[in-house]
Amino acid sequence: MKRSPKDTETSVRRITRRGMVLGSLQLGMMGVLGWRMRQMQVEQADEFRLLAEENRINMRLIAPARGLIFDRGGIPVAENTQNYRIVIVREDAGDVDAVIDRLRQLIYLDPDELERSLREMNRRSAFVPVTLTDQRSWEDIATVAVNAPALPGIIPDVGLTRHYPLGPDFSHIVGYVGPVSDYDLSRIEDKDPLLQIPKFQIGKTGVENKYERELRGKAGNKRIEVNAAGRVMRELSRDNGVPGANLQLTVDTNLQNFVEARLSLEESAAAVIMSPQSGDLLAIGSAPTFDPNKFVRGISVPDYKALTENIYRPLANKSVQGAYPPGSTFKMMVTLAALDAGVMGPEDTEYCPGFSKVGDRRFHCWKRGGHGYVNLEKSLQQSCDVYYYELAQKVGIDKIAETARRFGFGERFDIPMSAVTSGIMPDKAWKRERYDAEWRIGDSLNASIGQGYVLASPLQLAVMTARLASGTSVMPRLIKSVDGVETPIEGDTPLGFNENHLRMVRRGMYAVTNTRRGTGYSVRIDADNQRIAGKSGTSQVRNITVAERARGVTSNADLPWERRDHALFVAYAPYENPTHAAAVVVEHGGGGSSVAGPLARDILLYAMHGGIPPLDAYPSSQRARIRAQFAKLELRESAAQPGRDRA
Amino acid sequence: MSYLEYYVKRVPTGPSKILHLNWPLAILLTAVACVGFLMLYSVAGGSMTPWVEPQMKRFALGMVLMIAIAMVPIWFWRNMAGLAYGASLLLLLGVEFFGSTGMGAQRWIDLGFIRLQPSELTKITLVMILAAYYDWLDIGKTSRPLWVAIPLLLILVPTYLVLRQPDLGTALLLVMGGGAVMFIAGVSWWYFGIVIAGGVGLVSAVFSSRGTSWQLLKDYQYRRIDTFLDPSSDPLGAGYHITQSKIALGSGGWTGRGFMQGTQSRLNFLPEKHTDFIFTTLAEEFGFLGAFSLLVLYALIILFCFYSALSNKDRFGSILTLGIGVTFFLFFAINMSMVMGLAPVVGVPLPLVSYGGSAMLVLMVAFGLTQSAHVHRPRSR
Repeated sequence: MKRSPKDTETSVRRITRRGMVLGSLQLGMMGVLGWRMRQMQVEQADEFRLLAEENRINMRLIAPARGLIFDRGGIPVAENTQNYRIVIVREDAGDVDAVIDRLRQLIYLDPDELERSLREMNRRSAFVPVTLTDQRSWEDIATVAVNAPALPGIIPDVGLTRHYPLGPDFSHIVGYVGPVSDYDLSRIEDKDPLLQIPKFQIGKTGVENKYERELRGKAGNKRIEVNAAGRVMRELSRDNGVPGANLQLTVDTNLQNFVEARLSLEESAAAVIMSPQSGDLLAIGSAPTFDPNKFVRGISVPDYKALTENIYRPLANKSVQGAYPPGSTFKMMVTLAALDAGVMGPEDTEYCPGFSKVGDRRFHCWKRGGHGYVNLEKSLQQSCDVYYYELAQKVGIDKIAETARRFGFGERFDIPMSAVTSGIMPDKAWKRERYDAEWRIGDSLNASIGQGYVLASPLQLAVMTARLASGTSVMPRLIKSVDGVETPIEGDTPLGFNENHLRMVRRGMYAVTNTRRGTGYSVRIDADNQRIAGKSGTSQVRNITVAERARGVTSNADLPWERRDHALFVAYAPYENPTHAAAVVVEHGGGGSSVAGPLARDILLYAMHGGIPPLDAYPSSQRARIRAQFAKLELRESAAQPGRDRA
Repeated sequence: MSYLEYYVKRVPTGPSKILHLNWPLAILLTAVACVGFLMLYSVAGGSMTPWVEPQMKRFALGMVLMIAIAMVPIWFWRNMAGLAYGASLLLLLGVEFFGSTGMGAQRWIDLGFIRLQPSELTKITLVMILAAYYDWLDIGKTSRPLWVAIPLLLILVPTYLVLRQPDLGTALLLVMGGGAVMFIAGVSWWYFGIVIAGGVGLVSAVFSSRGTSWQLLKDYQYRRIDTFLDPSSDPLGAGYHITQSKIALGSGGWTGRGFMQGTQSRLNFLPEKHTDFIFTTLAEEFGFLGAFSLLVLYALIILFCFYSALSNKDRFGSILTLGIGVTFFLFFAINMSMVMGLAPVVGVPLPLVSYGGSAMLVLMVAFGLTQSAHVHRPRSR
C-alpha cells in the first residue's frame, strides 16, 4: 500500500501530539513517584527508622534468681533448685509424633501436660524450644541424654525453681510461689515485664507474697537482633539484672519444727512464740499444715480439693488469721485497767457466790460453787469470773478496751503474712457503729472474761504476753534482715503502766502455774531458773441452752468437735527474767490448762533449752507421760538434737 | 511501504551501522543494570552468588542480542511481527499445558537452557503486532469501530491467557501497554473516555455494592482491598509485605544506611527482596538520593525513547519505540508504586534491576528493536 506524503505528515503529527500527551502523563506519574519517595524517605524517615529498629531488635528478659529466705540461724527455708526439664524443638524433631512416642517409651509423660505442651508448640515458631515436661528426676534426664540419637529435637535442660526444703514447717509463714495466673495479672498494678514470662513464679501467700518485690529482683535483658522469622541472629547487649534480695527471718527452724510437730498432736491448733525484748517471732505454728512445694508448679485439683475440704483448714494460718475469744487470758487486761483506773487495790476483795446478778440476769462463774472472797492474785490464780464481772462494772468497757489496745488487741500487726487479722476489741463506739445498738452492761461482763465480742489472734495474745512480761510496747518482728540490712526493732519504749501494777499481774500469772490452787499448776516447770508464768483460757463457742443445761450436756466430750470450747494458754518464762513469751490456741480443744497449757510449756521449754528439753524440767509425776508424748513427735533430725545450751 | 518514500540510500549499511546506534540509551541501560548488580550483591549478603553472576551473564547476552537485533533492518522486524505474536500466543497456550508451576502460578516453559516466561515475551510481541497493524492500517480508518475491535482482540486474547495463569501484573501491563499503543496510533479520545468512565463506574459500583444484596465481590476480596488501602490494619497478615516494604524504604532517609548496611533486607523482613521488592533495598541502603537517582535514570531512558520515536518519520518505528517506552515505563512505575504503597501488590519486577532471566532478555530484545528503528530511521535529505 502506498501512502501519500500528506498522509504520512498527518500520521507523524498525530503520533507526535499523542506521544506528547502520553509523555506528560508519564512525567506526571514520575513526579508522583519522586514526591512519594521524598515524603517517605525525608519527611517520615524518623518514624520509619523507629519502626525498623523495633522490627529488628528484640528484648529478651533474663529472669533474675529469686531471693533466698533463711531462718535466724542462716538455715535456708526457701531456695532455688535446679529444675530438670525436657524441651522439644519442633524443627529439629522432624516427625514430632514419632519422636514423642519414642520418648514415652523411655519416661512417663503425663497425658494432660503433654497435650498442653503440644498445643503450645504448634502455636509457636518451629525453632522455639517448648517445655514438654519439667521437675524431672536426674534419672529421667540421664535416660533421655543417653538416648539422644533416637530423639532428635529433644533436649534435656535445666532451669531454676523454688523449693522449700523444710516443707510443711514454713508453709504458713513463708507461703509459696506459683505460676503467675491471669487473675494475678489482672490484680497486680505493677507492670514488671517478668510477669509476662509464661509460668513465671511469683509469691502467692505469706512472706513470698508480701516481700514479692524484694525477692523477685530486677529483670535483666538482652537486646538481640532477630530476623523476620524471629530467629536470633546475634546478641547486641546484655544486662544480667539484679537477683532478688535474700531475707532472713526471725524464726528458728528447729523450734518451728518442734512447734509444728507438737501442734500436730492436736487436731487443729496454733501457737506463737516470741522474744519479749526484741519482739522476734521465734516460731509461728498452725496445724494442720501442708506442703508448699505442691503449689510451686500449680497444685493438682484433687490435692487442692483435699486441702480445702479438710474441716481443720490446713490452708489457714490460724496463728495470725484466726480470731478467737481470748477467754480468761483476757483477765490480765481487765485487772490492769482496774488498777490503772484506781477503782480497786490489790488486796480489795469481791465475794464470789458462783454467779453475778445483773438486773434479773445471772452471770455464772465457771465454778458453780463459787470462790468465796477473792483478791487480785486469787482471781487470776483461780480465774474467778465473778471478780471480773464486778471489776468490769466498776471500770467500764472503754477503759478496758483502751488498756487492751495498748497490749495489741484490735491492732493489725504489720508482719508480712497473709490475711493478718486485727481481731476485735469492742467498746461502746464500736458497738454503736457495728450493730447500731447501745452497749449494755451484760456486754461488759462478757468482755471481762474474754467472751462476747472480744476476738484475738494467737499472735495478739503472744504480743500481750510479751508486753506484760517486758513492760515495753514490743512489736512483733518476722523479718530479721533484708539483704543483710537488719530491720529495726520497734517498740522498746515502756508501755506506760505503773510497774507495780504490772508486777501484781505477773505475780497473779505466776500463781496460776506455780501454786497448788492455780488453774495451771499442772503445767509448772520444776526448774528454779525456768519458772513459767501463764494464764489459761477456755472460751465458749456456743451458748449453753437452757434445755442443754437441764439435760446436763455441759461437758465438752458430749459435743461435736466444732462446738467444743477453744483451749487457750498464754505464758512466758523464765518468770524472773523472761526470754520467751508464747500463746497457744487449740481449736475446740477443751480446757485451756489441760490441753493448751502443756503445749505452751513444751514450746517454752524447748525454746529455753534450744532443743528437746530434759525430762527433769517436768514435774516428776508427769515424766512418764511426757516421755511417751515426745516419742510420738515427728521431728526433723536436727530439731531432735538435744539443746546446745542445755541447763 | 512508506519507508521507500524516504532516502533509503542514506540509511547506513554494513558494520558502520554500529556507529549509528543510540549509544546514550545503551549506556543508560548498562548503568541501570549495574545498579541491579550492586543491589543483588547486597541482598546476597555481599556475594556474587546466587544472583549477581547469572544476572551479569544475562545482561551481557542481552546486550549482544540488542546489538544483533539493531543490525537487522526494522522492516524485517515489522514483517516478523505477526509471526512473533502468533508464536508468543502459542507459547502462552503451551504454558497452559506444559508449564511448570513457580510461586503458585504457571508461568514458565522449561526450554532446557532457559526457563522461558511467554508472558514476558508477549509484552513485546503485542507492541510489535499493534505497531505493525497501525503501520498497515489506513490512517483514516483508525477510529472506526471495526478497526478498533481488531487491536482490542489482539490485546485481550493474550491478556486472558495470562490472567488464567494467573498473573495479574502482566495482564495489567498488556492492557495498559496495548491501550497506550492504540492511543499513540490516534484512536479517538472517545474510546478512551468511555473506557475510563466505565472503569470509574465499575469501581464505584464495586464499592457502593458492598454489604448490599447485589454485592459484586466476595468478602475476602473486599478485605484485600481494605488491606491495600490501609496496610496497617493487618500488619502481620496480608499487609505484612507492604508494611515491611514501607518501613525499609522510609528508614533509608536522605542518604540511606550505606551499602550492605540495610537492616530490613538483611534480616529478611522484606519479601522477594531480590526480585519484586529490590527497590526497597536500594532505597534503604542509598536513601532518597539513591532511589531518586534510579528514577532519573529511568526517566532518561524514556526520554531517549521519546527523542528517538519523535524524530523518526517511520510510522512503525516510532509507534514501536513509543510503545516499548511506555511498557518500560509501566514496569518501573507499577513496581515503584507497589513498594511505596501507592498500588496493590502485583507481581511486576523492577526492569533491568530485579533478578530474573526472561524479563531481562525480553527487555533487551525490545530495546534492540528500538535501536533497529533508530538505526534504520528514514533520513530526510
